[in-house]
Amino acid sequence: MPELVLQLTRAAFLALLWLFVFAALRVVRSDLYAASGLRAAVPGRRPSKGGAAKPGRGGGRSGPKALIVTAGALAGTRIALDGRPIMLGRADDSTLVLDDDYASTRHARISQSGDDWYVEDLGSTNGTYLDRNKVSGPTKVPPGTPIRIGKTVIELRT
Amino acid sequence: MVRPAQASRAGRTTGGPGVNPAEMPADRTALRPVVAAAVSTRRGIELLLLAFAAVITTGALVLVEANQNQELTLTLLYLGLAYLALFAAAHVAVRRFAPYADPVILPCAALLNGLGLVMIHRIDLAKAANALARGNPVPDADALRQIAWLTLGLVLFVVVLWRVRDHRTLARYGYTAGFVGLVLLGLPAVLPSALSEVNGAKIWIRVGGVGIQPGEFAKILLTVFFASFLVAKRDLFTTAGKHVLGMTFPRPRDLAPLLIAWVVAMGVLVFESDLGTSLMFFGIVLSMIYVATERSSWVLIGLVIFGAGAFAAWTFVDRVQVRVAAWLDPLSDPASATYQVSQGLFGMATGGMLGTGLGAGRPDLVPLSSTDFIFTSMGEETGLIGLMALLLLYCLISTRALRTALAVRDTFGKLLAAGLGFTLAIQVFVVAGGVIGLIPNTGQAAPFMSYGGSSLVANYVLVALVLRVSDAARRPASDKSRPEPGAAPTPPRTPLAEAHTEMVSRSGAAGGAEVDTPPHGQPTPPRGRSRE
Repeated sequence: MPELVLQLTRAAFLALLWLFVFAALRVVRSDLYAASGLRAAVPGRRPSKGGAAKPGRGGGRSGPKALIVTAGALAGTRIALDGRPIMLGRADDSTLVLDDDYASTRHARISQSGDDWYVEDLGSTNGTYLDRNKVSGPTKVPPGTPIRIGKTVIELRT
Repeated sequence: MVRPAQASRAGRTTGGPGVNPAEMPADRTALRPVVAAAVSTRRGIELLLLAFAAVITTGALVLVEANQNQELTLTLLYLGLAYLALFAAAHVAVRRFAPYADPVILPCAALLNGLGLVMIHRIDLAKAANALARGNPVPDADALRQIAWLTLGLVLFVVVLWRVRDHRTLARYGYTAGFVGLVLLGLPAVLPSALSEVNGAKIWIRVGGVGIQPGEFAKILLTVFFASFLVAKRDLFTTAGKHVLGMTFPRPRDLAPLLIAWVVAMGVLVFESDLGTSLMFFGIVLSMIYVATERSSWVLIGLVIFGAGAFAAWTFVDRVQVRVAAWLDPLSDPASATYQVSQGLFGMATGGMLGTGLGAGRPDLVPLSSTDFIFTSMGEETGLIGLMALLLLYCLISTRALRTALAVRDTFGKLLAAGLGFTLAIQVFVVAGGVIGLIPNTGQAAPFMSYGGSSLVANYVLVALVLRVSDAARRPASDKSRPEPGAAPTPPRTPLAEAHTEMVSRSGAAGGAEVDTPPHGQPTPPRGRSRE
């Protein structure tokens, strides 16, 4: 191969190689500004999962519909209630995984009985508080009453 | 990315001991106005980059053939197309089984692999020419065998994506994986040398004509094990001990797991005389403990005891002494003992900045130039500029894995992705550091590039696992109307975990955008809308 062609192809190949690197970096860059852990949601699609709720209860007409974290690291988190019990704790399989120094692995359970929801401490180290009282046995949770676990505060909302 | 100040603040105020630092920033800092961009699957970009990789690979092949005065035929084009077809198949599998996976990782691996194949082919040509000149029979072409391994690797890649629908299922097999990994790691040490020793390193299992390096598979299994072990036993590593020099040191009695890992690493070093495998294994352990605990003291302790152990091994093991001597003075005995290292250095020096051009150098002068020393071959023919591009590609794969670790919601996924990213990075460090004389040279294969089946196959499994985790990390919650095909039978550990978490608002959120995230990436029940 002639020397000139060799030199040209050599440089062209390196340019191409770096072009690939920059193309890949560009993709990465566009990704930097996109969400990482968060997912975009379609607003106003909550009613669509009414089918998952128990039909006899009319979509929880009378009882609370959602659990909302009002304080602590997870403030703003919301969990829709659909009749299944909610597990709170640091364990990965909890419904609400608490990033709270004062929370135990399996800290508390919030479950439904009839139209009411009950909170129950699962032998946590630092206890669960309903309003200002320590929860010892299953205790009924009126909507809007704060449940405190460490620095995390949870409320049921209708 | 996570802004460091914010991340560290979060780690201090709400994290404290016992909380994985990587867990929180992912929720907190990621909220940006362009949340919607994550919804696109970006598979088109992946295909585009793959095609680009195929073009570069074909171009490299054409250059090699032209410089070696081979006939330029249409066959080259077909080879390029075959390469593209192979990766297109992998791409289709990603599209089908992990539609939201990271778009950069697979093309980077494909390009490294393609250039590796070209280089192996180029060294085949040189070997054949040498053999012809001496009147010896022409040796088998390594490139063809490597393509067979590549096919096998991609088949396993697809199988992993297909069978492992949820990376969290792997956590259940943590101890099994750890046991099998340890057996694979230790097996060559107890096998007779005839079966396990090649060029002095006892890291092989050779049955019939096929040899595999079980350590390559062990590294993935052990990463899975450590991820599940650290998730379950993280408290063990975060109990505070003494504070010295601003670092929190663990209590001596909590050092047991690290010491066990150290004993294993030293065993590998002494009985298999392979610093690379040993360093890689211990590096994975250290980096994963660091990711899980955010304590630099673990890294410090680990490095100190590894250094002490390596020093002891250097004192007692002949083979290690030879390697260290070649490292300290690569030109001390260029005719025999340090021939390989010195020739590698000369090769790279010949290449200089721009390289000699593909196919125009003499990389075949270095022994094992297509396996352990492929970096010097690339360095000679593409120069420093080309070699840097290759290292950047490795960097990209690794950082994308770490990025995945930041984004994914569950702790096991975080540790797994971070561990796999570190695995790849450490392996590249060991290989590249070895050939440029930064650390004692060891016989490790450069991921994706070197000739060698075990390494190639294992690294495609690694990529498949990273893609699986990144799919879980990037999958938008609103896409559950199209669940992963066949994913239904992988139930979460408890039905309780099926409830969904939704973020309605949070202080500092842009415009109160309604964002929704399932608890640690849990698949939520089907919703009415499809995103595609």
